[in-house]
Formats: sequence, structure tokens, C-alpha cells
Amino acid sequence: MQLALFWVFAILTLLFGAGVVVFRSPVSSAMSLVMSFVGLAALFVTLDAFFIAVVQVLVYAGAVMVLFLFIIMLLDLRTEGRRPVKLAAWAGGGMVLVGFLSALTKVVFSLPEAAQTKPDLPLPGVNDVAQVGFALFRNFNLPFQIIGVLLLVATIGVVVLSRRELK
Amino acid sequence: MPTLAHYLFVSGGLFAIGLLGVLLRRNILIIFMGLELMLNAANLSLVAFSRFHPGHDGLPGYSAQVFVFFIITVAAAEVAVGLAIIVALFRAKQTTHVEDLDTLKF
Repeated sequence: MQLALFWVFAILTLLFGAGVVVFRSPVSSAMSLVMSFVGLAALFVTLDAFFIAVVQVLVYAGAVMVLFLFIIMLLDLRTEGRRPVKLAAWAGGGMVLVGFLSALTKVVFSLPEAAQTKPDLPLPGVNDVAQVGFALFRNFNLPFQIIGVLLLVATIGVVVLSRRELK
Repeated sequence: MPTLAHYLFVSGGLFAIGLLGVLLRRNILIIFMGLELMLNAANLSLVAFSRFHPGHDGLPGYSAQVFVFFIITVAAAEVAVGLAIIVALFRAKQTTHVEDLDTLKF
């Protein structure tokens, strides 16, 4: 059952991820990316990371993708016309892909714990939001504050960047 | 039951798709989406490792999930700034095609 669900969501994630690269209309790519993120959130649920799954849907499938669609609307992007395919680019891309996947296969199969299945949790219902909260505010308090400053800097940066020059 | 290798291959596949998007597509917005895919692939492998390597108390390693939380935050900030730069670029050049942006090309 778990394996079947894993395959459903893994294939969903990878197929829609491939759709992002393949579709020619930016809106189709963006919607495909949303579906890919939802599949990824489901994969997080199969790993018992409920908090991360919810944050994934809220932040990525929600906020980030709305931002993307807004920009596509604002820039009034049309479906790309066909440009001549660059053989060198595709050959280079294919070579990088084959190299990366073969290196990955080698590394994964040399891992001693690669074939290990999930160890059982000590209790059936671990409250993972509380656990992430403890880790965040006890062990990672300073990085958490710094992330807050980063968000502030990003906000100010966006305001400065998108301000129109007054003539 | 899915093993750690299953999750690592999905993560690697997603990363490869994102990388191909960055390498092959010429629309700057699609390149940006490819970057997001790669960040998410890294998140998936972090969460998978945290679940498959429990600590002394048998709980998953929650430090990895906090790390994923930070990655998501930084990615959101990055998207906001990046899209603002793309809008500014479009205002100046009226294009999102990377081959038309050759002002700095020697």
C-alpha cells in the first residue's frame, strides 16, 4: 500500500516536473510546477514530515506560484515561438544529465543503508509540529532570527527594485 | 515499503529535470522554475535522510526538517527578489528571452 502510494506520487512529481521543462506556454509550466509541488508534499507525508508538507503547499504551491502567475500576467507573456533547436545545447544538457544520473546511481548503491526500509517510530502518532518547533526555537534560535532579517532585507530590496524612477 | 534509495532516486530525477530546464530553456521565468525544482529536490533528500536515520530516542532527525524550513524561507525570499529583477529587466528590454539579453556580452 505504502509502496503503491509512493509510486503514484513519485511519478506525479516527476511527470509534472518534466512538464515544466517541456511545455511552451509559461502558464502551463507554472500550473505544472504547482502539481509537481503538491506531489512532493504528498511524498513528505509518506516520510511522516507533516509540518514540512503543509509548509510546502502553503509557501510553494500557494504563495510562490501565485507570485509566478502574477508576473506572467504582468509581463503578458505569450507562448514561445519555435526557435531553432541548438544541437550543442541539447548535447551538453544530455551529457550533464547522463553524468549526473550515473554518479547518483553509483553513490546511492554504495550507501550501506540504501536498501533499508523506514524504521518504526517509537509512538504511532509523533507530534512532529511540536518537535520541529522545539528544534527551531531551542537549537536554531539564532539562525531563525537571521532568517527574519533576511526576509526583511528581501522585502526592502523588492520595493527598491520595483520602484519606478520619477522623471 | 519504499527504501531510502527510492526517495534518493526521485530526488535525483527531480534535480536532473530542474538542471535540464536551466540548461535548455531560454525563457528566464522557466529557468527560474527550474531553480525551484532543484531546491525542492534537495529538500526531499534531506527529509528522506532525516526519516531513515532516527536519533537515539527513535525520532527522526528534526534538525534536517528545520533546515528544510530555512531552505523554503530562503527560496521564497529569492523568488521575490528574482521576480522583481525580471520585472525590472522586462521594463528595460521588453524581453524575457535570455539570448536577447546580451548587453554585457563581449
